Amino acid sequence: MTLHAPSRREMLLASGTLFAWAHLPRLAYAEGRDPRFLAIILRGALDGLATVAPVGDPDWVALRGDNALTLGSKVPALKLNDFFALNPAMPNLLHMYQANEAIIVHACATPYRERSHFDGQDLLESGLPKVTPSDSGWLNRALSGLAPGGPVDPKGSGKGSRVFAVGPVTPLVARGPAPILSWAPQQIMPASDDTMARLLDLYQHRDAKLASVLDDNSKLTAIEHAGDMANGMANGMANGAAKKPGAAQVRAYFSEAAGNAAKFLAQPDGPRVGALALDGWDTHVNEGIASGRLSQLLGSLDDALGAIKTNMGPAWKDTVVVLATEFGRTAHINGTDGTDHGTATVALLVGGALKGGRVIADWPGLKAANLYENRDLKPTTDLRAVIKGVLKDHLHADDRVLAQSVFPGSDGVKPMAGLLA
Amino acid sequence: MTAQGQEAAALALHRFGFGAVGDSISAIANDPRGALLADLDRPGAGQIAAVLPSSADAARQVADFRAEQQAQQKLAQRAKQEADAKSAAMAGGPAGMSNASAKMSDAASTAPPAPPPKPANQPPPLPQQLLLSEAKARFDAAATADVGFVERLVWFWSNHFCVSADKVVGMAGPFEREAIRSHVLGRFADLLLAVESHPAMLFYLDNVQSMGADSVAGINRDKGLNENLARETFELHTLGVRSGYTQADVTSFANVLTGWSWIDPAEPEHGGEFAFIKRLHQPGDQVVLGKRYPDTGVEQGRAVLADLARYPATAQHIAEQIGSHFVADTPPPSLVGKLAKTFQDSDGNLKEVAKTLVTADESWAPQRQKLKPPAEWIAGVIRLSGTQAIIPIGRIMYAQATLGAPLWRPPAPNGWPDTEAAWIDGIPHRVDIASEFAGRAQGVDPLLLLNSGLGPLASRETRDTVARAETRAQALALLVMSPEFLRR
Repeated sequence: MTLHAPSRREMLLASGTLFAWAHLPRLAYAEGRDPRFLAIILRGALDGLATVAPVGDPDWVALRGDNALTLGSKVPALKLNDFFALNPAMPNLLHMYQANEAIIVHACATPYRERSHFDGQDLLESGLPKVTPSDSGWLNRALSGLAPGGPVDPKGSGKGSRVFAVGPVTPLVARGPAPILSWAPQQIMPASDDTMARLLDLYQHRDAKLASVLDDNSKLTAIEHAGDMANGMANGMANGAAKKPGAAQVRAYFSEAAGNAAKFLAQPDGPRVGALALDGWDTHVNEGIASGRLSQLLGSLDDALGAIKTNMGPAWKDTVVVLATEFGRTAHINGTDGTDHGTATVALLVGGALKGGRVIADWPGLKAANLYENRDLKPTTDLRAVIKGVLKDHLHADDRVLAQSVFPGSDGVKPMAGLLA
Repeated sequence: MTAQGQEAAALALHRFGFGAVGDSISAIANDPRGALLADLDRPGAGQIAAVLPSSADAARQVADFRAEQQAQQKLAQRAKQEADAKSAAMAGGPAGMSNASAKMSDAASTAPPAPPPKPANQPPPLPQQLLLSEAKARFDAAATADVGFVERLVWFWSNHFCVSADKVVGMAGPFEREAIRSHVLGRFADLLLAVESHPAMLFYLDNVQSMGADSVAGINRDKGLNENLARETFELHTLGVRSGYTQADVTSFANVLTGWSWIDPAEPEHGGEFAFIKRLHQPGDQVVLGKRYPDTGVEQGRAVLADLARYPATAQHIAEQIGSHFVADTPPPSLVGKLAKTFQDSDGNLKEVAKTLVTADESWAPQRQKLKPPAEWIAGVIRLSGTQAIIPIGRIMYAQATLGAPLWRPPAPNGWPDTEAAWIDGIPHRVDIASEFAGRAQGVDPLLLLNSGLGPLASRETRDTVARAETRAQALALLVMSPEFLRR
């Protein structure tokens, strides 16, 4: 890996945004905490730079041009600190950040360095160092590997010994030796706008009749949800004018899935760890960072975070939620106002158990020479360190188990300390 | 094997089966027509191995279940009445009670939010269980069939002679196994008799309530004819609408069919079985379609049905329906002609008709003009994604209902329509179902599935769309929503 330019580090230290997390004293585990842990897998590759923008980086605006979120944008980005600002579609996350209940880890990535969604997702969820077929995920193995008698007891008789999974499909991350408790909404969940768009494109090339049915339906859905648009605007969400059909359904699904996961985890005798997947982040065309598709998706995700906090009730103080995606997107905007598959991105952590209000980043910079393979945000933090840190301090996972069975072959990736309050 | 062989094989598996899977395209590419013909000659073709209760057994189980349910409700009602009486006496009236419960709900609202409904771990009630096991056996047969032609014929005939589980919940599945599967490759006359004398059909089309005005029961109860079964047998099952029969023919045939009934399912021994009940039967000769049928009891009806099976109008009607189901909404008249001719020449031998269907050149038009109807498409998705052991049958049935075609619950005796116009508006819903079901598939390689499922039928655009998908699940959903997979 290329050495980082010292000047860049100084700049960040001066602005106070780089936290020397590795040197913080390890905080004692808060005794008596009844920990809840939820993993949310964002499939499709979330654009980290559009989610948490490095507005203080001198190369930022030049890099993304009109698509660069800034504090002076028409819909201004939400200031996190002197260097980073949040996408305006995420007011709930801002409030959590301000209440020290959210941590953003930037320039973060799994060990995967290719750009296939399928392989990237498998690796993110399996926790393996290489792309190898796996029928279990890191969350399930983490639960199975916890010592009996602890706050979360894999050998206990209660529901706490099970992994909770939302949705008709148990995400790979939750599969494995520990039994799974799953819940799915009865309604068939709506296919993503992205799937609809891809299909419409295919039909337009191959089958005019099917295309016209799908297109008509989109228009009807748009009319049906005209009221939702108005509500979205009133709530201070992203510009509703560009809202696409089906967005309201996605929003409802995100909140229902995440909100119900929280309801289950909040129960005194409920499961203690859970996972769900929220798809649709593959924004190759007309990304809509400030108003449009990504903005709507981030708004839906923000609603989901709000639903988790509300539904956790008193258990929110014992909660950590990790949101991770398989990889990031290209630093530059592509030829179709979108971004292609990239490398580093953000990982989001929320929950009352966090020592939050921080952006953790060993910022690699955005100059061409600083980009990974001249195109992507360079990864400087291993996502596994973040997750291991949470699993260790929050769930009392053992270092050796974390390095050998949860994230096999990760001895060299130390658990990030000091994430928990 | 040739490229044309591969293409014909893929076409055959989609048009006459539930789609290609695994190496099925290559397996039959040398002789696609031969493979379809061989499917007809398989020992046990059309039968399913699952051990399931007979229609009479199922009807008795449902009757017992309902009786027990009724008894429990009655007990609960009595208990409630007693409790109400007691507490009314203690609290000085119902007003005190409602105050107490209001307080309780106030207290509850400050507690942590209630959990959502738990996953349904309890077994469903017995009638639903019966339906689920029948549906499971049916879907498994479709998902695992090598070629699937005979299964498709079963589905075709089952829709042609439909009953509704809304009326005969326990018997809908058994009816298909007993009446349809047993004769799917046999003689149409036998199929027709099995269907019209099946208790499920007799109950569904109200014949169990029909009685001759001059029958013993009709006189005693001042009741008479219900012509539903007679009319639908003409209109839907045999001759076809506007084929020349008159109201007088319908009335006469309905008289003929009086007495075709069943034994009350509450009877422990033979409840739910077919019975010809003489005291319901209209005495005397009947003239149907210009032919006089002497009153020979149950034989009178059998004689009419045997003749109905041989009318040219019936051959024509069935030929049109088969052509429309398998080949095109408006099938080529030459194909219909061939099918009708075989039907007549072979005295309604359905295996010969099926052979004519797959040997006629018209059936191999490369244009894929048919939109797979919902259930067939779902079965194809399950089959290709290998999810028959993963997706619960209840979810499959829910998906089918979402697409407007709940299994064994057609809204009317004419069954589900067989045209693109009827189903194309459901395409957006199919995307949702495709996305969910594809998400459940485990360890699939979408490009591999594209090759095994569509092979040479896949267009370049479809290949690109699948290859560029965001997730494996999306890739699979796009694959099963591609025009090449939707159409056959």
